[in-house]
Amino acid sequence: MTDKAPAHEDAHAAHHAHSHGHEASHGSLKSYTTGFILSVILTAIPFWLVMGDVFDNKAVTGALVMIFGVIQIVVHMIYFLHMNTKSEGGWTAMALIFTIVIVVIALSGSLWVMHHLNANMMVMSPEMMKNMP
Amino acid sequence: MFSNPDILKFIFGRLSFESLPFHEPILIVTFAAVCLGGIGVVGLMTYFKLWGPFWRDWVCSVDHKKIGIMYIVLAIIMLFRGFADAIMMRVQQAIAFNGNEGYLNSHHYDQIFTAHGVIMIFFVAMPFVTGFMNYIVPLQIGARDVSFPFLNNFSFWMTTAGAIIIMISLFIGEFARTGWLAYPPLSGADYSPGVGVDYYIWGLQVAGVGTTLSGINLIATIVKMRAPGMSFMKMPIFTWTALCTNILIVASFPILTATLVLLSLDRYVGTNFFTNDLGGNPMMYVNLIWIWGHPEVYILILPVFGIFSEIVATFSGKRLFGYASMVYATCVIMILSYLVWLHHFFTMGSGASVNAFFGITTMIISIPTGAKMFNWLFTMYRGRIRYDVPMLWTVGFMVTFAIGGMTGVMLAVPPADFVLHNSLFLIAHFHNVIIGGVLFGLLAGVNYWFPKAFGFKLNQFWGKVSFWFWFVGFYFAFMPLYVLGLMGVTRRVSQFEDPSLQIWFIIAACGAGMIAIGIASFIIQIGVSVWKRDELRDETGDPWHGRTLEWSTSSPPPDYNFAFTPVVHDHDSWYDMKNRGYARPLQGFKPIHMPKNTGTGAILSGISVALAFGLIWYMWWLAALSFIAIIVVSIVHTFNYNRDYYIPADDVVAEENKRTELLARQV
Repeated sequence: MTDKAPAHEDAHAAHHAHSHGHEASHGSLKSYTTGFILSVILTAIPFWLVMGDVFDNKAVTGALVMIFGVIQIVVHMIYFLHMNTKSEGGWTAMALIFTIVIVVIALSGSLWVMHHLNANMMVMSPEMMKNMP
Repeated sequence: MFSNPDILKFIFGRLSFESLPFHEPILIVTFAAVCLGGIGVVGLMTYFKLWGPFWRDWVCSVDHKKIGIMYIVLAIIMLFRGFADAIMMRVQQAIAFNGNEGYLNSHHYDQIFTAHGVIMIFFVAMPFVTGFMNYIVPLQIGARDVSFPFLNNFSFWMTTAGAIIIMISLFIGEFARTGWLAYPPLSGADYSPGVGVDYYIWGLQVAGVGTTLSGINLIATIVKMRAPGMSFMKMPIFTWTALCTNILIVASFPILTATLVLLSLDRYVGTNFFTNDLGGNPMMYVNLIWIWGHPEVYILILPVFGIFSEIVATFSGKRLFGYASMVYATCVIMILSYLVWLHHFFTMGSGASVNAFFGITTMIISIPTGAKMFNWLFTMYRGRIRYDVPMLWTVGFMVTFAIGGMTGVMLAVPPADFVLHNSLFLIAHFHNVIIGGVLFGLLAGVNYWFPKAFGFKLNQFWGKVSFWFWFVGFYFAFMPLYVLGLMGVTRRVSQFEDPSLQIWFIIAACGAGMIAIGIASFIIQIGVSVWKRDELRDETGDPWHGRTLEWSTSSPPPDYNFAFTPVVHDHDSWYDMKNRGYARPLQGFKPIHMPKNTGTGAILSGISVALAFGLIWYMWWLAALSFIAIIVVSIVHTFNYNRDYYIPADDVVAEENKRTELLARQV
């Protein structure tokens, strides 16, 4: 096995190149525990809101569940995916911005479109038809 | 024998002898032909003892080049199926006049147009495009493989699994009769109680796993593995379009997955997301599926724009005109493709303000596309153009695609769309851009990169025959549909009342026949080229005087692609290297670190087919068993630490010396 030595050297170089891109930390037990506890709390509250009939108005409950969902996403990104502005040379932040742009387009667009469709496609009188949005 | 119906029902779910299409003579004949062909292939492979090499060198391969070739082979096989559907529809429509019902009943006809659309988009265009990206991108950026080689193998086999699920529907049960996007309420449990829509859902879900993962893989490859010196603005244009396409894949396919999950919940557990009552809204499905569907169109066309850009620059012997504008146009299209989805349902009732917004964004998207067209024209201007087959396809594309683009802008005008929607005008438009754009580009790419992949050029004569039959056949097949569409003929109709329309359908059927000759010539072209491969052999690795890095290595490239990672100074890197008098390094080779082959991808995909089959036929035991098996196999695979090896320096030296010898013979 004459090529053993250079192979080792190459492996070392490859490993170095590999580890170079990983500036993001892999997290510690503490950060994972924090993330886990926060996730449990953020999951428990919506369950309690729905099962305990805390609000009479269903829309309020729905909105609160959505808000807790968004907070949950942020918690996951920070504690489990270890995302910050510097990780992977800024690429994760860039990907996040792109994702937010797409999600905002898809959600706001769908709400806008579906609102109009709902309003327009109901059975309506000619007077209502004239005042369509 | 089992006579207890409960046990039979437990074992076979909804599957019974009545599910087999004995009443369809066409399917019986097809099935017999497929069986004979299959037995022939199995027999030949056994006779020549090819099973071992096939499993080791292809099925288990994690080499991006082999996976790329397998993607393209899958696409070509599925093209035959999709085209068979097309020609059956054309013949049916050409004869079903004056009370003649044609030879296809409506039940069968509806499955055919659905299968045609699904197969052509998901299992022809997608794997074809992914195959090119897989093969070419690592070579163009000077990498030895993709970022995650095993994931790449797994993605390919999941795509194949999806294709297999769709093909099973031909002989066991039925396929969806809903059109290629399966709009509810027609695709809901009430109106499509059979297995057709379930085949559709699970075929796409399984293939979607592969598509999404390969998108992630290629983004990581392009972002992380470029050769030193290759900044983003020095990347070849095909790699740029591949990057944008994969970003679109990763951002849009989850929407398709989620939408189909909601539809399957409606069908399997009785939720009411897309039903007409209990608060459901079928229009939401149409909205969601097009948020995925419109980017999907650009997923197909962007890489093809990249292929044309490479070909135009190479065969005009010039730098691509307006490289930066090409890059920006691609990125602008990438974002804008998310802002136009409503133009697919202007007539659903969203009102003037919404329609106006989406009509205008749709027209805006034609601006970057137009800029690309002018860039290609200016690249050709004063170039020394060589009309080899790839360039013929490119010029054919530019003429045809311009027409398709113009009819697209017509459809983008909401009032015009109210007249033209759901008509054959629309069918003509999107075939005009998908055949005249995507397919022409893919065939141009095959002719362009074939010598790189196999070491010999494709036969010119049959290539030209194939081009002219495709080109002329396309016009004969689809220009009549524009006319019929303007006369108000709607799509997806299997019989007609008005005899004056028949002549147009006969012309269209003749066009489809010419395209069939074009496809046959393509197969003959490959056959003749393999037969005469010694005359067509290319030993330089650079038969077209190429400009990008894939042409700097041998044809076919060695397993490791590049013995030394190239250093890049300019965006036409290989052209730049040739001009600077680049000398190939002849010594100092080191062992090369490579990923090891594995069969896990193929095994997982096989189990996924079983899972899908169980879910489709309500064989819950099979579904549960396969689901557990998928998880177990995945976990077991994580304990496989034997994943890489070194190509010894001696092998690299031998390989490189062979190339040195070949190159020396050229002068």
